[in-house]
Amino acid sequence: MNHSEERALAWRDELRKSMKAKERTDIPRVHMPELNAEYRSHSRLEEVNLGLTAEMAMLEAKRCLDCANPTCMQGCPVGIDIPRFVKNIERGEFLEAAKALKETSALPAVCGRVCPQEKQCEGQCVHLKMKKEAVAVGHLERFAADYERESGNISVPVTAEANNIKIAAVGSGPAGLAFAGDMAKLGYEVVVFEALHEIGGVLKYGIPEFRLPNDIVDVEIQNLQSMGVHFVTNCVVGKTISIQDLEDDGFKGIFVASGAGLPRFMNIKGENLVGVMSSNEYLTRVNLMDAASEDSDTPVFKGKKVAIIGGGNTAMDSVRTARRLGAERAMIVYRRSEEEMPARLEEVKHAKEEGIDFMTLHNPIEYLGNDQGRVTHMLLQVMELGEPDASGRRSPVEIPGKTELIEVDEVVVSVGVSPNPLIPQSVEGLEVTKWGTVVVNNDTMQSAVPIIFAGGDIVRGGATVILAMGDGRKAAKSMDEWIKSN
Amino acid sequence: MNKIVSKEYFSANVIKFEVEAPLIAKARKAGHFVMVKVGVKGERIPLTIADADLQKGTITLVVQKMGVSSSKLCALEAGDYITDMVGPLGKATHIENFGTVVCACGGVGTAPMLPIVAALKKAGNRVITVIAARNKDLIILEEQMRLHSDEVIVMTDDGSYGTKGLVTNGVESVINREKVDLCVTIGPAIMMKFVSLLTKKYEVPTLASLNTIMVDGTGMCGACRVSVGGKTKFVCVDGPEFDAHLVDFDEMLMRLGGYRDIEREEMANFSNH
Repeated sequence: MNHSEERALAWRDELRKSMKAKERTDIPRVHMPELNAEYRSHSRLEEVNLGLTAEMAMLEAKRCLDCANPTCMQGCPVGIDIPRFVKNIERGEFLEAAKALKETSALPAVCGRVCPQEKQCEGQCVHLKMKKEAVAVGHLERFAADYERESGNISVPVTAEANNIKIAAVGSGPAGLAFAGDMAKLGYEVVVFEALHEIGGVLKYGIPEFRLPNDIVDVEIQNLQSMGVHFVTNCVVGKTISIQDLEDDGFKGIFVASGAGLPRFMNIKGENLVGVMSSNEYLTRVNLMDAASEDSDTPVFKGKKVAIIGGGNTAMDSVRTARRLGAERAMIVYRRSEEEMPARLEEVKHAKEEGIDFMTLHNPIEYLGNDQGRVTHMLLQVMELGEPDASGRRSPVEIPGKTELIEVDEVVVSVGVSPNPLIPQSVEGLEVTKWGTVVVNNDTMQSAVPIIFAGGDIVRGGATVILAMGDGRKAAKSMDEWIKSN
Repeated sequence: MNKIVSKEYFSANVIKFEVEAPLIAKARKAGHFVMVKVGVKGERIPLTIADADLQKGTITLVVQKMGVSSSKLCALEAGDYITDMVGPLGKATHIENFGTVVCACGGVGTAPMLPIVAALKKAGNRVITVIAARNKDLIILEEQMRLHSDEVIVMTDDGSYGTKGLVTNGVESVINREKVDLCVTIGPAIMMKFVSLLTKKYEVPTLASLNTIMVDGTGMCGACRVSVGGKTKFVCVDGPEFDAHLVDFDEMLMRLGGYRDIEREEMANFSNH
C-alpha cells in the first residue's frame, strides 16, 4: 500500500479525528532524556541519549497531524512512510511501527540516532510553518526500532521467492547494507564483501559507542543475515579478488560502496609530527580496535590538550572521544563561524555541554614539536567571515598578522576524506572524476561499466549515512530493473 | 580465520609461518603485504609476503618477535588459526630487466626480499644479494637466496659469518667493482637510511620497501604517512616501495617511535593481553 492508501485505513481516520489539530500542535515537543553532561564526559561507552519512554513516544506521536500531503516524507532520502509509523506509535502498536520502518529502511535504529533530521524529515515538518517545533521524527524512529529489538519480537521483512541471481555489494557500510536489504527483499542472492574484519563500515570504525553502540549495528546486520544476506569479511575487492573474478563467479550485478577511504590533510608544516593524526585513524583506533580498553593490543594516545581541526560530525565525534579519554582541554578548531558548521545541531549542543572549547574562526597554519618529534604547539591564524563562496556559506578570510600559539599534545585532523582509490584503480573503463569519485547516472546509480553500480561516499566524496542509504536503495531498484531487462 | 600449516624457527626470535590463504596466494605479487590480527582484541599489523605456494594455497610470512602483537603471532603453532588476515595490499614491485641489481637486506627484511630477488632474476637481471645481520644465527634464507641470485654476499656485524661489516660495506664493495643499475633495500628503517645515503653518493637509483605503523592498511587511516620528495604519501596505497633518495627517513624513524612508550608499557603487562 502506498501512503494515501495507508492513510485511508479506518484506524488512521479514526485516530486523526480523535483529537483536534490545535490540541496536537499545542503539545510541546518531547525532550530526549540524556546522561548528565559531566558524568558522560568521562564515560566512553555509555550512550548519551537514553531514548524515549513509551508514554513520551505516544504523546510526541500525537503532535503529528497525519497530513494528506506529508512533506516530511519528501525530506527523507530513503522515503520512509513517516506518518504511518508515527501513527502506529500513537495507537500503541509499536511493533507495527517498526515493521513500517523496516519496509523502507534497513537500519532504523541507526538512522534514528545519526540522521541529520533537522535538515531532512523534521526540516520539512508542517509544524515549522506554524512557528512550532517539528515533530521529533528521529526520536520516534529510534523508539520504535529499539522497542522492537528489546521486545525480542524482531520481525524479518518478507522476501520474494529466491530468484537464484547472485549480486554483490562491495563495502558493508550504510550504502552497502541498504542495498543488500532491498535486493534480498527482491529475492536476490546477496553477498557483501568487506575489507575490514568487522561488518558495518563507518558505523563501526567511525561513529563512537556513545552515539551509536556497536551492539545496535550488529542487530541490524543480523536482521539482514536472517533475510539471507551473506557477508565476507577480510576481502578487498580489487585486491583479494577482482571485479572480473566476481563476474566469472556468476555475479550479475555489482554495487560498489567502498566509501571515502583516504583522509585529507592540510599539507601544512609539522603535520607529520608524532601526535598529529587523521580523525579516521583516531576513531578507528578507539572504535573499531577498542584501543582505549586495557585488554586491547592497539595503542592510542590519550592527550591532555587535544585539538580537533574541522567542524563536521566526525570532528564532533573525535573531540567528544578525546574528552572521554581524559583530555583536560578538548578543542574544536574551525575556520568559519558556528553558523556554518556542518555538524548536526545535537552534536554541537552535546559537545558544548561536555565542556568542549569551540575555537571558531581559527585555522591551523603550522604545528611545532619537541626534539622527539612530538607535537607541542599549534599556530593558528585568526579568520573573519567574507563573502559567500561556492558552497553558499560565507568564506573565511585571514586577518593579516593575527595569529595565536596554543599548547597541544595531540591534534586530530578532520577536514574531510577522499574516495577510496582501490576500485577505481583496478577496474578498466570506469569513469572517475578528478576528485576520484566514481561517475554514475544520478537516476540509476549505474556506472560507465554496465555491471557496476555505485553509491555512497565513493560517488559523493563525503556525505551522511542516510544519503548513502538512499543511494543503496536507488541502486537496488535500478539494478533489479536492469537485470530483468537483460 | 587462516590456518597455520607449518612453523619453522629461523632463530629464537625469527619465525617462518606458512598460512592457508588461497585467494591471497593467487593474487599476490612480489612487494605485496598483508594485514594480520591475532585474537579478538588483537592489533592489525602489516607483514610483507615472503612467498606463496599456489598448489597448496598458502603464503609465507616471516615474523620477528618484538612487541605484544608479533609475540602473540609467534606464540601460535601449526594447526592454530590467525584470527584475521587480509591482502594482498600495496603496490607490487615494478619488475623489469634493469641490468645489474643489488638487493640489500637486513634482519627480517630478508624474507620479503626473496620474492623480489626471484622476480628480478626471472626478468633477466644480474642479481647480487647482500644479506646482513648482527651475527651468524640471525642470517636467514641464505640457501633460497643463492637459488635466485648470481651472487650472495653475507655480512655480519661481529664477523661470525661471511664478511665482518654492515650491509652498506657489502653494497659499496659491489658498486666499487662493477656498474650497478638499481639497488633495492628492505630492512630496519635505520639500515635503509644508510643504504640510501650510500647509493645517493654513487648515484645508483634505489628503491626502499617501507614498513610503517598502519591500522587498516587500505588507505583509510593515514598512520603510515611518509614524506617522499616533500610530499606526503601513504605507504599502504602509494607504496610500500618508494624512491629511497626522496624518502625522509629521519621523519619516518621519528614516527615509528611514536608509540614506543605505550608499547614498552604494554610489553611489561603482556600477561593482560
